[in-house]
Amino acid sequence: MSEFLEFRDVSKRFGAIQAVDSVSLEIRKGEFFSLLGPSGCGKTTMLRLAAGFEYPDAGRVILDGRDITDLPPNKRQVNTIFQSYALFPHLTVWENIAFGLRVARRSKREIETEVEAMLRLIRMSDQAGKKPDQLSGGQKQRVAIARALINKPQVLLLDEPLAALDLKLRQRMLIELDMIHDQVGITFLYVTHDQGEAMSLSDRIAVMDSGRIEQVGSPAEIYEAPRTSFVAAFIGDTNFLEGEVTSLVDAEYCQVRIADIPGVVCFNDKSMKPGNPVYLSIRPEKIHISRDRPEESSRRNILPAVVEDMIYLGSTTKYWMRTHGLRIQVLRQHFRFFLDEKPIRWNDDVWISWHGDDGFMLDRYRAVDEHLIALPPQKVGEPEENGGKP
Amino acid sequence: MRRASRRKFREILISLPSLFWLSLFFIVPTLFVFAIALKPANPFGGIGAGWTWANFRSLANPNSLTVAWRTLWISVVSAAVCIVLAVPIGYYLARVSARWKGVFLMLIIVPFWTNFLIRIFAWKVLLHPEGAVKKGLAFLGLVGSQTSLLYNAGAVVLVTVYTFLPFTILPIYAAAEKFDFQLLEAARDLGARRFQAFIKVFLPGIRRGLVTALLFVFIPALGSYVIPDIVGGPGGEMIGNKIAQRVFVDRSLPQASALSVVLILSVLAPLLAVLVLQRKREKSGSLLSVNR
Repeated sequence: MSEFLEFRDVSKRFGAIQAVDSVSLEIRKGEFFSLLGPSGCGKTTMLRLAAGFEYPDAGRVILDGRDITDLPPNKRQVNTIFQSYALFPHLTVWENIAFGLRVARRSKREIETEVEAMLRLIRMSDQAGKKPDQLSGGQKQRVAIARALINKPQVLLLDEPLAALDLKLRQRMLIELDMIHDQVGITFLYVTHDQGEAMSLSDRIAVMDSGRIEQVGSPAEIYEAPRTSFVAAFIGDTNFLEGEVTSLVDAEYCQVRIADIPGVVCFNDKSMKPGNPVYLSIRPEKIHISRDRPEESSRRNILPAVVEDMIYLGSTTKYWMRTHGLRIQVLRQHFRFFLDEKPIRWNDDVWISWHGDDGFMLDRYRAVDEHLIALPPQKVGEPEENGGKP
Repeated sequence: MRRASRRKFREILISLPSLFWLSLFFIVPTLFVFAIALKPANPFGGIGAGWTWANFRSLANPNSLTVAWRTLWISVVSAAVCIVLAVPIGYYLARVSARWKGVFLMLIIVPFWTNFLIRIFAWKVLLHPEGAVKKGLAFLGLVGSQTSLLYNAGAVVLVTVYTFLPFTILPIYAAAEKFDFQLLEAARDLGARRFQAFIKVFLPGIRRGLVTALLFVFIPALGSYVIPDIVGGPGGEMIGNKIAQRVFVDRSLPQASALSVVLILSVLAPLLAVLVLQRKREKSGSLLSVNR
């Protein structure tokens, strides 16, 4: 598979805001590609650049080997699903879907067959005569998809298409979108701020922040091997630990001093030398809690800790642990109660442990990304947490 | 009493004052006009005894047909020109930044601070053979020195458009302000050219504003009297002038009333048509909205 939709060094500025900052990105044919990031990160601008609603200040947009930067939206073989769906309120479902073909002056017979086929695809043949304001959110969504797909676009652009739906409907539409993607086999460029959506749908994800791409990769790569503190903290939850490499264990592992803990074993995929500063990201669910001290192992880090706070989340419980002056989040799956030991409570002394592979070294760390991490619930009357607690 | 009927009763109670107002100052006078139109005139300018159709019969002459036709086409053309000018202006006003929006709306409203008559007299001065507009156009060679810009139907259309343009811009702007401009992007995205998107999506989107704007020019234009009187001359006479003539020159109130009846009916006809159409659409809409 080769690149199909390509952004070459694209920049776009709105007044004082650099919405997109010399971004290069390649999207492959047939792929479900997501742009993921917080609001204002430039992901929607990227989509609008691809659709032709915005013209880049610099750089080119290439589609299927053809430079489309200067083409107006109506000349581009891409179609958009808008966040608000943007269905034409004065037209029926049928007429909305037929719009693109009518504008293209296709024959009446052709339009009829294709619209009917689309109505079947979205299972709304019996609603064809309704106006958009008589439809539910999910139905509007499906009409918007049909209206775009009927033009057989080379790329379908989706701008937070599920944001306006409630949770259950969103989950159903997720599956539906996935099925439609498999059926029509065209390239999807999907913009979202919801990591869950991006994770479950995408072949690949580009994580964006402040107009730049932080990392591109498969959902598993992004989650398991985040390169920057932003990616680690924006997708899922994590613990950041600052330290310094003290010695190399072997070709693959090294020891890191974190706070006053001398020998934290860590996978050294970045080939760090002793003396190098590092930032580790450890996912909360990779850390194990136990009442008894776990068995020693050369790749395992074992630390005593005190439970400082906990939240019951249904399928899991989240703990905030205090160890060596560090606060560490741990996520723990529930087991059947008779296998569980005595429940862990506030101020209990426990052991936490994690494998050296699970402390992942970051390429780049920014302190502001700490704000993306969930903080423990504030106690009543307690002043705002400022990290100065011992 | 059932809740629904009690609510209905309250609704009627609330609308009583306005009903009273309308009856006293609109319906009753209109009925008077209808009645007078069926009375003979007496030689002293008053109303004679008995009933007659003569006033309506006297309308069926070529001269009044010419005036009626002219009234109609001047109104239609003025309304059309107003709409054609107001749509792009309304579109632009809805899209421009808030600061400029305020400035432009102000500019549209400011002329109202000057008296209507004075503004029309100003046009007379401008269009006068010695006026600035005439001289300027003649200097550019766009009009011959003999062509008159004043005292013809064209002058009436021009001043009517000038007078009613703000009344057409405002409802169209109000409708455009509520229009979701992403729909235009959607249309473009689906392959429509800029103009196609405008015709197929924007105009239907503001149709309520268009209808209001149309009525705001068309109905007053049908009954206009001051504008043709000042800038129209004999070639720009409209029904309004004829009515005035019957009253002030011929001193025949019944004949003036008969003309007025024709005018009132021709104003009410388009209004009723629009109301019926809207009622019909709302009904079909509300039927389905009950299901929601």
